[in-house]
Amino acid sequence: MFRLWMWQELFAHFDIFLSGFAKTILISVLALLLTFAIGILVGLLRVSGKKAVKTICQGYISFFQNTPLVVQVFFFYNVLPRLGIMLSPFILGCISLGLYTGAFAASIVEAAIQAVPIGQMEAAASQGFPFLTAMRLIILPQALKIAMPPMANQSVNLIKNSSVLALIAGGELMYRSDSFAADASIYGPTFIVVGVLYLIICLPLSTYARNMEERLKKGAAK
Amino acid sequence: MNLFSPYTLPEVLIFLLKGLRMTLFIAGISIGLSFVFGAILGIGRQMGKGIFHKICALYIECVRNMPLLLYILAFRFTMPTYIGNYKIQNKPVASAILAMTVFTSAMVAEIIRGGLNSIPKGQWEAAASQGFTRSQTLIHIILPQAVRNILVPMVGQFVTCIKDTSFCAVVGIGELMMNTTIIMGKFKFADQVIVLYAITAFIYYLINILLMHVSQRLFKKPC
Repeated sequence: MFRLWMWQELFAHFDIFLSGFAKTILISVLALLLTFAIGILVGLLRVSGKKAVKTICQGYISFFQNTPLVVQVFFFYNVLPRLGIMLSPFILGCISLGLYTGAFAASIVEAAIQAVPIGQMEAAASQGFPFLTAMRLIILPQALKIAMPPMANQSVNLIKNSSVLALIAGGELMYRSDSFAADASIYGPTFIVVGVLYLIICLPLSTYARNMEERLKKGAAK
Repeated sequence: MNLFSPYTLPEVLIFLLKGLRMTLFIAGISIGLSFVFGAILGIGRQMGKGIFHKICALYIECVRNMPLLLYILAFRFTMPTYIGNYKIQNKPVASAILAMTVFTSAMVAEIIRGGLNSIPKGQWEAAASQGFTRSQTLIHIILPQAVRNILVPMVGQFVTCIKDTSFCAVVGIGELMMNTTIIMGKFKFADQVIVLYAITAFIYYLINILLMHVSQRLFKKPC
């Protein structure tokens, strides 16, 4: 594992890792946008929709939270082409990652909206705000503050889970490095480098999440 | 008409259940081990002093921020076949269990730390004023209170662990996901594949929902 030529060989092909790294970031950002969209939409519907809509959203949340991401990805990967829908692994990965993390985001948003005291909504209604305007101007900004730390944690999970694309040849960091390791039979150093690369993106996010959490707790104690 | 045309439904189900047995085996052992290590790490990070605290913190932060797939691949490819003269039995499964344990114990440690953190500082001070030592305080006063805050997220983490065993399919362990993929290769029609994946997803769903439900029933906070 610690032979010098392995490291030399690895850094000679470092562009492989960099391109994979760039793709991981791109996928994560796209999937994160989808996650936020789904999270806020489904979370709002869970709080304010009709009963049937609420049940459907609950079904979506519980199903996508309780089945493995791998199963979901493989489902899309194997079933959609047989139905005549051809998507590149990249887009497919974004969609399935977004759907999976979106289910978690939705329950975070739901809990955050419910954590805002009900008096806020009543006060807004008494001042003549329509429901959606009150949501947008009064409830959501407060809920967002509560939702931020768990959202950051979910983002970390999303970035880590993007490695699932290695299974469907998504061409991101894990896939590129795994094939490099197999080609050059340089296993130890490759995995160390990949770990450090993931650490570079995830560590700041999770540290941020923890600090936010602690600050919120202190704010609540005051 | 037979849906799974080269096979019958019971044959497919039995094959899947064999996979499920492996899934539960891996998940069960890793959950047990990571609970023990996670508890040590979490408590060490929260209360330990000096180098032990630093090691725990470093371990948790590093492991938590790298993907599980990396561990599964790394342990699969870099684990030695022999330790001394002893040959490791069934190396793929052993390496998968090791990888899952390493990853899950960091998550468990974080949950335990959060639970300990949720107990007000006054409890520590009150216990100290009554002459409790730190470890006595932890065992008799802090942990019994923290358990309520710990157990539900802990079961959530165990559910995640069961879900995450599907990553082990990458290294060719015959667990539920792998067995599904193997059978899928025999089918050619879309509806066969859809039903197959639906069955697999439903099996995972059932187990996880059951776990969640039981945990929420058992550990419901008294209102």
